[in-house]
Amino acid sequence: MSKRKSRETHMLLGECLSQVWMLLPRLWECCCFRHLLELLRRTAVHGESNSVLIVGPRGSGKTMLLSYVLRELLEEKDVNKNVLQVHLNGLLQTDDRIALKEITRQLNLENVVGDKVFGSFAENLAFLLEALKKGNRSSSRPVFFILDEFDLFAHHKNQTLLYNLLDVSQSAQAPVAVVGLTCRLDVLELLEKRVKSRFSHRQIHLLSALTFRQYLEVVCTQLSLPSDFPDSRFSEEWNNSKLTEDKSVEDVLQKHFNISKDFRSLHVLLLLALSRVTTSSPAIQPTDLVEARRLCAADYKANILHGLSILELCLIIAMKHLNEIYEGEPFNFQMVYNEFKKFISRKSRSIHNFEKPVVMKAFEHLQQLELVKPMEASTTKIQREYQLMKLLLDHSQIMESLQRYPQCPTDVKQWAASAFA
Amino acid sequence: MSRYSMRLRIKRTYELEGRQIGTDRKLKRHFYNTLKIKVDGRPEDAVVNVGDYIIIESDDDDNPYVAQLLKLFCDETRKVKKALVQWYVHYCEVPKNKKKLLGRAPHPQEIFYYNDPSCDSEVDAETILGKVEVKHIKVEAPFPETQTNNTLYVKLSWDTKTFKAIDMGLTKPWDTVTTPPKQGTQSPVVESPKSPPPSASSQRGPALRALPTPDPTVMRRASSTSSYTSRTMSTGKIRSREAESIHSASKLSASKLLSEKRRGRATSGPAVRKKLELSSPGKLIEEEMLSKLMDEELAKKVSSPTKTIELSISLVPLMDPRKSRRQEDEEEEAFPLEPLQSPDQPTAATLDSQDTTRDLHGPSDDEFVEEGVTRISAKTPQRKATPRRSNLRGPSRTPSRRKDLSSAFREPSLGVLEEAEHEHSPAEPAATPRSKRKSAQLVSGKILKQLDLLNDQEVDSDGGEEDLFVPSKIDLQSSSDEDGMNGSDDELVSRKSRRVSSSQTPRSTDKRRSSTRTPRKTPSKKAPPPAARTPRRATPSIPTRTLPARNPDNVLEEARARLHVSSVPESLPCREQEFQDIYNFVESKVIDGTGGCMYISGVPGTGKTATVHEVIRCLQQSAVQDEIPHFHFIEINGMKMTDPHQAYVQILQKLSNQKATADHAASLLEKRFSNPAPKKETTVLLVDELDLLWTRKQNVMYNLFDWPTRRHARLVVLTIANTMDLPERIMINRVASRLGLTRMSFQPYTFKQLQQIITSRLNRVKAFEEDALQLVSRKVAALSGDARRCLDICRRATEICEFSGGKQNGARLVGMSHVMEVLNEMFSSSYVTAIRCSSVQEQLFLRAVIAEFRRLGLEEATFQQVFVQHQALCRVEGLQPICVSEGLAVCQRLGACRLLLLEPSGLDLLLRVRLNVSQDDVLYALKAD
Repeated sequence: MSKRKSRETHMLLGECLSQVWMLLPRLWECCCFRHLLELLRRTAVHGESNSVLIVGPRGSGKTMLLSYVLRELLEEKDVNKNVLQVHLNGLLQTDDRIALKEITRQLNLENVVGDKVFGSFAENLAFLLEALKKGNRSSSRPVFFILDEFDLFAHHKNQTLLYNLLDVSQSAQAPVAVVGLTCRLDVLELLEKRVKSRFSHRQIHLLSALTFRQYLEVVCTQLSLPSDFPDSRFSEEWNNSKLTEDKSVEDVLQKHFNISKDFRSLHVLLLLALSRVTTSSPAIQPTDLVEARRLCAADYKANILHGLSILELCLIIAMKHLNEIYEGEPFNFQMVYNEFKKFISRKSRSIHNFEKPVVMKAFEHLQQLELVKPMEASTTKIQREYQLMKLLLDHSQIMESLQRYPQCPTDVKQWAASAFA
Repeated sequence: MSRYSMRLRIKRTYELEGRQIGTDRKLKRHFYNTLKIKVDGRPEDAVVNVGDYIIIESDDDDNPYVAQLLKLFCDETRKVKKALVQWYVHYCEVPKNKKKLLGRAPHPQEIFYYNDPSCDSEVDAETILGKVEVKHIKVEAPFPETQTNNTLYVKLSWDTKTFKAIDMGLTKPWDTVTTPPKQGTQSPVVESPKSPPPSASSQRGPALRALPTPDPTVMRRASSTSSYTSRTMSTGKIRSREAESIHSASKLSASKLLSEKRRGRATSGPAVRKKLELSSPGKLIEEEMLSKLMDEELAKKVSSPTKTIELSISLVPLMDPRKSRRQEDEEEEAFPLEPLQSPDQPTAATLDSQDTTRDLHGPSDDEFVEEGVTRISAKTPQRKATPRRSNLRGPSRTPSRRKDLSSAFREPSLGVLEEAEHEHSPAEPAATPRSKRKSAQLVSGKILKQLDLLNDQEVDSDGGEEDLFVPSKIDLQSSSDEDGMNGSDDELVSRKSRRVSSSQTPRSTDKRRSSTRTPRKTPSKKAPPPAARTPRRATPSIPTRTLPARNPDNVLEEARARLHVSSVPESLPCREQEFQDIYNFVESKVIDGTGGCMYISGVPGTGKTATVHEVIRCLQQSAVQDEIPHFHFIEINGMKMTDPHQAYVQILQKLSNQKATADHAASLLEKRFSNPAPKKETTVLLVDELDLLWTRKQNVMYNLFDWPTRRHARLVVLTIANTMDLPERIMINRVASRLGLTRMSFQPYTFKQLQQIITSRLNRVKAFEEDALQLVSRKVAALSGDARRCLDICRRATEICEFSGGKQNGARLVGMSHVMEVLNEMFSSSYVTAIRCSSVQEQLFLRAVIAEFRRLGLEEATFQQVFVQHQALCRVEGLQPICVSEGLAVCQRLGACRLLLLEPSGLDLLLRVRLNVSQDDVLYALKAD
């Protein structure tokens, strides 16, 4: 029994993710989803060329929306096998030459042999344009061009690719639908005016105006098992756990919601909580979620501070004081060392007087950890002791980690609190 | 194809010759009778007389223009040589839509008397390539059977409207005279690489004719002594280095000299040079050669006959020497059949042939080298064959040449030979040694007799020989296919046996070796696509759809289809004036046959390209109706090429379907447009997005605008760009000046025009409320006047209307509300919405940014500074402060949306932050929250 349970519990990971698919249409059913679906359907069915941009912050589900639309569209009989898709990503196709090769490859045009595309850049462009030009509305197969990270394509030389794709979409050639995905709100300003003029100015903004209540509902939906789950008793039990009604859970989710509304980070949070579920405790407990949240919200620099030696910590504190004294002006090693010396001479019951080279070594270690950063890259001219540095730690981070530093000497703590303590 | 282009690279010098036959004082012209064409690398000139039929350089290398030379004259300075011609057209030059008027399939050799008074009949004499034979035939008479493709036939005249029978009165009396000497003296360029058949006949001709009468003078000359050594040395040089050999020509024998010259000409085909270098046998030691020979011999026996033949045929431009070679082989083959044949002459298969051949030719080593010399000469076009043959049977050959000289003008086939002789004559003494050496051989007498016999044999083999040439005529590139066309199997076999027999002599092996190599070169030079290139030929196309596209089935869908920018409107409203201006400009240029430039500017979406296309469509229509002359329309777009220089490639490709590299294309186009050869059609070139053709040296633009100014270019260039002052801004003076001042600017559409555009597109499809249309057009006119935008908005409005209306009634009208919705969607800034939709901490961060800006009095702050503010704000708002990592994540998210402008990350706390939205917008968005 326990074995089966464990198996099922582990299935949850996958289930949890796949739930999203079921969830999304409900979110966008109102406008975006239908808009995009209709648009692509018209291209597929009527051979009408279109162009559209999907804009939304990271993690807002642009790609997911599109893939859901495509999935839904391809289930239709008269669309299925009637369209070609070309997927490009601005991070992969970093210039038009590569993008063109990729398009030709994905369209499987005739200058493709195996996986290789022959011919020069110019030939490829001419070939592709020729191919698209030969098509017409009624007879050639519609092509969906999906440009992920659309804004990066706008940085290509002359925006040749965009111009040509959008030009095709505005002329009586092979029907195409150009779908751009981007998180930049100002993406249209990146387009050259002749490119912009050819774009249809349809933009789908994926901005979630969710309230916290809706957000909680989403969390519930995400965490509930579907009705066709194999073990009905287990799923019933699971679904009946009123997790979101717990106050601490709500607090955690509220905090998370305040920081970011996107579902990707929510997924991370829930996944972390879910991974704490074991066969001995076969349900998500509020503490799991709190712990997951703690992991998510952890300050990585404060974590680094925990692993430093006392000497290094002292140096950090010295730097903090220098920052306060000189109001954020850069400092060098010598200044830090003097500050440290002062502290030692005034009251150092617990700290030895370290040799200067040892202190220097500690300082360099901090530099390697990128807790301090040199002002200029060139290190050749200036002696290392006098090279100007800046501290990449906030006051609050230092104080916080000092609080939690194991067995931190009290005089060091006091020194950190006040320079003259 | 390369036949003619090869020729184009040859430098020619033209000279008017003969007596000045008249002067036109008024026009300041001096008339002449004869034009002498000197071609580099040809020792003797082609002579064109008034009344001859000539071919004139055209841009299509395969189809030079044909004309009859009526007058030759030059101006006072004598620098500009002109010719007045009567044009003939090839069938392919007849406009496509008129071709059917002929009513029958054209004979491949058929040309038409061109009767168009508007056509410029004055050409630059320097475009004349050479002569051609033209025969007038009665309309009802059938075309004569021809073996050669050199004769053209005229039956009908073509007056740009109809085909008519030729009024014989029009043609000059000399038309009907067949022109045998012309054939011979024809421009060397024409005859050697292009037309193997005449050369074949000319080769054979002399041999046939020559044999009966050995010339005693030659015999005598042959027996005189000469220094082999000097010659061999120089020969070696030739072999090793061609360029050098030209300088050392003085040392060479006449034949060598001759071959050199010819080779100089032939070098225009790069393959030839290669071959020459390859074929140099100099480095091979005799033993090696012998063993090689034997190997080859064996290999040959094993291999199929086709293979060897293929090798021999593939050298198309050099067909003739090969041909002569074969002839020799043939002759040699004939020897064993002959009772007079020297007893030691081997049968085809014997392996000791090396010795015997040497016996045949003389035992000396220098003799052997000498063979090398002749071999080289044999490689160059056909006339080399002559000395080569004379080489073999010196005494018998030379007389024939002698004779040719006398009979040259009587018999066309002798012409070439006459020419050869002509070349020979200056170096006559040098030529002698060879024949002398031959005559020194004891076998010479026998050979003589054999040659007698050969007469008959050659007659027999004519058919086969003819076959050999056909493929080369047809296609230079498909050499490998040729043996398939070569006729019967026994023919192949016999040829093979010839090959075999000849292969036993060292020189023929050599020769074959050269031939085995050259084909490898030739295809790479000439045939454009080796394996990797094949895709070039692929026809670009998008797969067809499996299901037919559905047609719009309600009013809104219909409207949407009509409103799509791509749907071609019946007419272009609101651009009547611009249309008329462009139309008049292009029409006048087309009618006058002149060239010109026009610059069209206007913001995007104002119908520039559409108007030009409309103009061209109208012009083409009237061209079809014969109201104006035909013209060629080409379109290039600066955005649709990867590099400005690709413009040349694209123009060339659209103009003549040739593929070339940018540089080559530029030079070809330069040639085409600056060439005085008449273009029968004006070219209208549309250059879209001109500003993209800008290069640092601006040579692309310069050329584009310079070509129309050439007298013979007949090029009309219409350029389109967005900015009105482009010529002043980016063009250097000499380019701007050439562009000229014919400019036109398309103003953005006014709201009335936009409304009219939509209405005319909708064309009585009732889908919009009147007010809604007006709202759209006013809005767009106020913003940009971009018709595309206007149409897109309308299209989107129909969609919204359809969705909101549900499925129940398809006959709804698009109303104000729908349009408003679209306008909101398209024109409202998304920043405010984005800020409203962002999370609490993100909003807080934006406020912190503004607070920090206010505190600093700057529009920039580091993340650390903003973060301090942020934490303070958190406390004010009663939220738990977030840690630095989270704060940074928030900051980066805002940066990704471009609500904030950030430095490229990695700076952590020191990251500088700026707002991408105005502070007011942010505050407005946050306040309304």
